[in-house]
Amino acid sequence: MKKYLNTLYVSTQGAYLAKEGERVIVRSEGKTLGGWPIHTIGGIVCFGQVSCSPFLMGFCAERDVSISFLTEYGKFLARVEGPVSGNVLLRREQYRRADDKEASAKIARSAMIGKISNSRAALRRAVRDHSDKLDADAVREASQRLTHSLKQLRHEDIAADTLLGVEGSASVAYFSAFDHLILNDKKHFFFENRNRRPPLDNVNCLLSFMYTMVMHDVRSALETVGLDPAVGFYHRDRPGRPGLALDLMEEFRPFLADRLVLTLVNRKQVTAKGFKKSKSGAVRMSDKTRKAVLTAYMERKKDEIIHPFLEEKISVGLLCHMQAHLMARHLRGDLDAYPPFVVR
Amino acid sequence: MYTESDLLPLSGLQHILFCKRQCALIHIEQAWAENLFTAEGRIMHEKVHSESHETRKGVRTEFSVPLRSFRLGLIGVADVVEFEKNSVTPIEYKRGRSKKESWDRVQLCAQAMCLEEMLDTDITEGALFYGKTRRRQNIVFDEALRRETEETARRFHELVGTRQTPPPEYTARCESCSFVDACMPRKIKNRSATAYLKGILSS
Repeated sequence: MKKYLNTLYVSTQGAYLAKEGERVIVRSEGKTLGGWPIHTIGGIVCFGQVSCSPFLMGFCAERDVSISFLTEYGKFLARVEGPVSGNVLLRREQYRRADDKEASAKIARSAMIGKISNSRAALRRAVRDHSDKLDADAVREASQRLTHSLKQLRHEDIAADTLLGVEGSASVAYFSAFDHLILNDKKHFFFENRNRRPPLDNVNCLLSFMYTMVMHDVRSALETVGLDPAVGFYHRDRPGRPGLALDLMEEFRPFLADRLVLTLVNRKQVTAKGFKKSKSGAVRMSDKTRKAVLTAYMERKKDEIIHPFLEEKISVGLLCHMQAHLMARHLRGDLDAYPPFVVR
Repeated sequence: MYTESDLLPLSGLQHILFCKRQCALIHIEQAWAENLFTAEGRIMHEKVHSESHETRKGVRTEFSVPLRSFRLGLIGVADVVEFEKNSVTPIEYKRGRSKKESWDRVQLCAQAMCLEEMLDTDITEGALFYGKTRRRQNIVFDEALRRETEETARRFHELVGTRQTPPPEYTARCESCSFVDACMPRKIKNRSATAYLKGILSS
């Protein structure tokens, strides 16, 4: 089994990353803060004023380690990639399918089944664990609406427009119940609707940040297996938009990002003090909170689960990679459909 | 006869003899996966390839000799070739031990056939050097081995020409294969993702 490798998150302002032999080292103000052998690292994420030597970038490209640059607040800026990996035949097949509306809809349907099933699992789990602390009827009702949405996906040759409609109402149902899942400090942590440009409350701020982190992992996984993250089946082409990465991310949103945000709030691992509201209304996290979120995400990725399709134990951190792989195997014709990851 | 643009890596012969799917993963899908065995092999070859040539007792030894054959349609590099007054001898370094399968012999024979074509000469013998046993095994390029080598090169070209990766077949060999994660032999074979999706929808 492929080994799960850590992501190196660097948020120390003014830090400088360089290559030293087979190691990545982090320096700041003339001091070396730490060093890690490259073979133990799966990716590097730099926040704000963090720079990398060109030799380190080349070294990472050679070893399939992606580097992302984000603002101090977690907004994506750029990434460094080596030469396009994998092969042109796979990407051509990806493009052919993406050009074919019906073929695209088939894959989009799989991704939606994954997303809605995992959204429902999140709701069901909350009812099971905290029925005494939340409005169980409201959450149950939303979960039934998701069951109804899944029913609408029964038809294998579903049209793309129908999918959009189903996703829309499923998303409304899921997010309508989301506020009920927040069990702590409801004065500062509440959810009314999803807003992201910029996030206007603490929960949306956390969600946006987590989606960016998951996105980094999904994009890297797609590139590693040789797929083009920009060309999606559900998310149609739009310049600058990583369509396939967004497709693949759908099934991970509830399981990886949303659930972690809820855990952080409900277990008081983040508190209202860790957020700042700017004059414009945009909400930002403090450094300490961001670190707490990243640490929790890294811990989460170490958890092991049984993959429902592969029926094999793998770490949560490897899920993106596995799913990218299964997508490639489907496009190559080894699998009759794309099997999304679902929570059992 | 092949042309320069048709040439495939000589190393592919071993891959197709080992497993058609592994060969397709490497040469069609351009996947590369390293495990302990391949890493050991790589490090060993880095050592072999560190010098360019030396001459001792009338034997000129060249390292990392570029090879190609338009007849076989192959291009590659020989670890070592010994040039003497009346003979040319390719030598290939292997990390493991001598195997009963013909994989290594076919690779060496293909190297010899490349050299024959490039130098317009006849090569009757070569050698395999095994790292585990530190033994040198002489190989005679007889008719049977040459036929097998030609046949293997032909099958290799045919497979790459189809641009299709054959379905997996799980065997005991899979456990030592560095591509087991990319190939998913047990996980994909006879698995229906359509049935899996149905299962999710009815739960």
